[in-house]
Amino acid sequence: MATETKPAETKSAAGEEAGTQAKTATAQAIEPLELLGYYEQMLLIRRFEEKAGQLYGMGLIQGFCHLYIGQEAVVVGLQATAKEQDTVITTYRDHGHMLACGMDAKGVMAELTGRRGGYSKGKGGSMHMFSREKRFYGGHGIVGASVPLGAGLAFAHRYTGDGGINYCYYGDGAANQGQVYEAYNMAALWKLPIIFIIENNRYAMGTAIERASAKTDFYRRGDAFGIPGMIVDGMNVLDVKAAGEEVAAKVRAGEGPYVMELQTYRYRGHSMSDPAKYRTKEEVSEVRKTSDPIERLRALILDGGYSDEGALKEIDRKVKAIVNESAEFAQTDPEPDPSELYTDILIEA
Amino acid sequence: MPVEVLMPALSPTMTEGKLAKWLKNEGDTVKSGEVLAEIETDKATMEVEAVDEGVVGRILIAAGSEHVAVNTPIAVLLLEGEGAEALAAPAARPAPEAAPQAAPAAPVPAAAPAVAVAVAEPEYTGPTTTQTVREALRDAMAEEMRRDPSVFLMGEEVAQYQGAYKVSQGLLDEFGPKRVVDTPITEMGFAGLGVGAAFAGLRPIVEFMTFNFAMQAIDHIINSAAKTLYMAGGQLGAPIVFRGANGAAARVGAQHSQCYASWYAHCPGLKVVAPYSGADAKGLLKSAIRDPNPVIVLENELMYGQSFEVPSDPEYLIPFGKAKIERVGQHVTIVAFSRMVRLALEAAETLAGEGIEAEVINLRSLRPLDTATLVTSVMKTNRIVSVEEGWPICGIGSEIAALMMEQAFDYLDAPVHRVTGADVPLPYAANLERLALPQAETIVAAAKSVCYR
Repeated sequence: MATETKPAETKSAAGEEAGTQAKTATAQAIEPLELLGYYEQMLLIRRFEEKAGQLYGMGLIQGFCHLYIGQEAVVVGLQATAKEQDTVITTYRDHGHMLACGMDAKGVMAELTGRRGGYSKGKGGSMHMFSREKRFYGGHGIVGASVPLGAGLAFAHRYTGDGGINYCYYGDGAANQGQVYEAYNMAALWKLPIIFIIENNRYAMGTAIERASAKTDFYRRGDAFGIPGMIVDGMNVLDVKAAGEEVAAKVRAGEGPYVMELQTYRYRGHSMSDPAKYRTKEEVSEVRKTSDPIERLRALILDGGYSDEGALKEIDRKVKAIVNESAEFAQTDPEPDPSELYTDILIEA
Repeated sequence: MPVEVLMPALSPTMTEGKLAKWLKNEGDTVKSGEVLAEIETDKATMEVEAVDEGVVGRILIAAGSEHVAVNTPIAVLLLEGEGAEALAAPAARPAPEAAPQAAPAAPVPAAAPAVAVAVAEPEYTGPTTTQTVREALRDAMAEEMRRDPSVFLMGEEVAQYQGAYKVSQGLLDEFGPKRVVDTPITEMGFAGLGVGAAFAGLRPIVEFMTFNFAMQAIDHIINSAAKTLYMAGGQLGAPIVFRGANGAAARVGAQHSQCYASWYAHCPGLKVVAPYSGADAKGLLKSAIRDPNPVIVLENELMYGQSFEVPSDPEYLIPFGKAKIERVGQHVTIVAFSRMVRLALEAAETLAGEGIEAEVINLRSLRPLDTATLVTSVMKTNRIVSVEEGWPICGIGSEIAALMMEQAFDYLDAPVHRVTGADVPLPYAANLERLALPQAETIVAAAKSVCYR
């Protein structure tokens, strides 16, 4: 277990001409309340996802369900840098992003169980939830499709001049889709305010990055378009936040798009029906033991004297209550009314 | 013998053009490959190069002449050793196969509309102007962009080039590069970008140079645009227009000649329209831009240059799901959309000469489909022929046949007859292309067969 913020893994930055850099972002001037806030958010995602896995096992959640366990520091660290007018979009492993955007756990869990109180009235499911109020634009099931969509949200920020930027999350698997580079090209051409955030959890479904990508330095994928890149330890929420602040400031200042590669890891399978044949149990437990983002932050809080066990226990209790309440709601809320089958297909003009 | 220089066809669909400028004068010597003149078409300005060497003996069409038909002699070239006296003799015309830019032998519709459209819109009594379909589409966009600052146009060549088919001519000048956006050749990317912008509340008009290229983007049209409102429980949708040329043009081969009407009409969450006339084009496109849902506007390249009376009232809108009865008749219903309406009207003229009065219905809207107008017509005529240039399997005609069976079964005196494009990738050869697409005479034969004549 790490006892302090570790420097991000650094890699050779041969792509200097495009401004690409391997980034070590070390947190400075940490406020205790800030740390406790990240702890609470990451723990909420972890406990929420564990509960979702449990409900899936009970048959209350069905179909696809992609858990975010292990990757919590990525979205919590980055969303800590977002401003009110910013927009967020991601692919199908989206529960953590919704919680980090401030969406209600009850609404997310009820969508997972297909109930009327879910964010999409039970008609979307795990991969398709949205909140205009929280500026979360999905939740997209087609791998790679969210990247041009995110560029479109960024286009709208620029068009309306609202000062917002788009946080566009996708995985190392989506990074190999052609449309990602169509979006890079237009974003660079038009200097769109967007951060392309590659959550590299080392496996695209069951295919290791080395088996799917000719080059695995994803932070350099923007080189051909002159988009700078940065690689960050995605298991360290403070590194993520610091890097995110630096990048968001540049993008907000009108410098155009930026690529961030967050090196992370998912503990659970790709989806619920994962054979787990493509990696060893030892590999998973090694990451959990040495790099777990929640444990690392917990140790930092305690060892650094920022807070005490009692405060963390209180957060544990609070998070547990939120998650239990969401699970309770998701099981008691009724299914959508049959009449909902034919609603929301078109807006009546 | 002197050689006539003919007005060349610079594109497969060009039937006439403007002789903008002569770069050689009478008496000038020209070499092969030298530029003789500049020609403007409705799409572009092109140079006419000399094929033969010689001296310009006489210029037959003055610079600035408009509406010069393809293959009209524009100049006479004196070959080596020939004097001015040779001009008196009849000039040799280059054999068609010797002229690479010779006019297409494809079934280009006559330049002058063979069928007059009686009324722009029965309910419309306001002022009209004579416009091409191209101009009507441009005005629809311009009017809506003036009305709503969140409307913008994006696509390949829409801005500086003024539109690959000149549909967006002048829009860059009026609205600037922020709202008239040239994209890279990246259909999937810009379709997705447009949908994302629509999620955020903008109202994009995404032009596909032709719908053939939209196959690269169809995931965003269906999965991102059409399904999101439902998947979001009504919270978030995509108010976006996808428009461009659909179907066969002329001699452009299989990959550029497909009709996508049934593909898009299949999908819930979309609205799909296919204008025929200039009024259709303007009224439907304006309605599409104002509609809060994703709308597919299937245009037709061969119709862009055709002129119609077009309402000039900026509030002229055509509601979706309303077909238009273009011609009233009592013996057989012919239902068509887009360019096929013209052929249906031509067929109806021929049929009238043989005592068969056909009712011609222009669908205009494919989703929603105006089933009521079809049923009402069949209750009167008891016979129906559907016409489309798309393929027969699971086509619009298949849907109409099923609907008539379900909703007008007791009124049918003959099976529904489908006239469709042949079930083949569209061939290039002129004779085969003609065989592969519906012709007026095919429609005449179909109408007669359901009348048992």
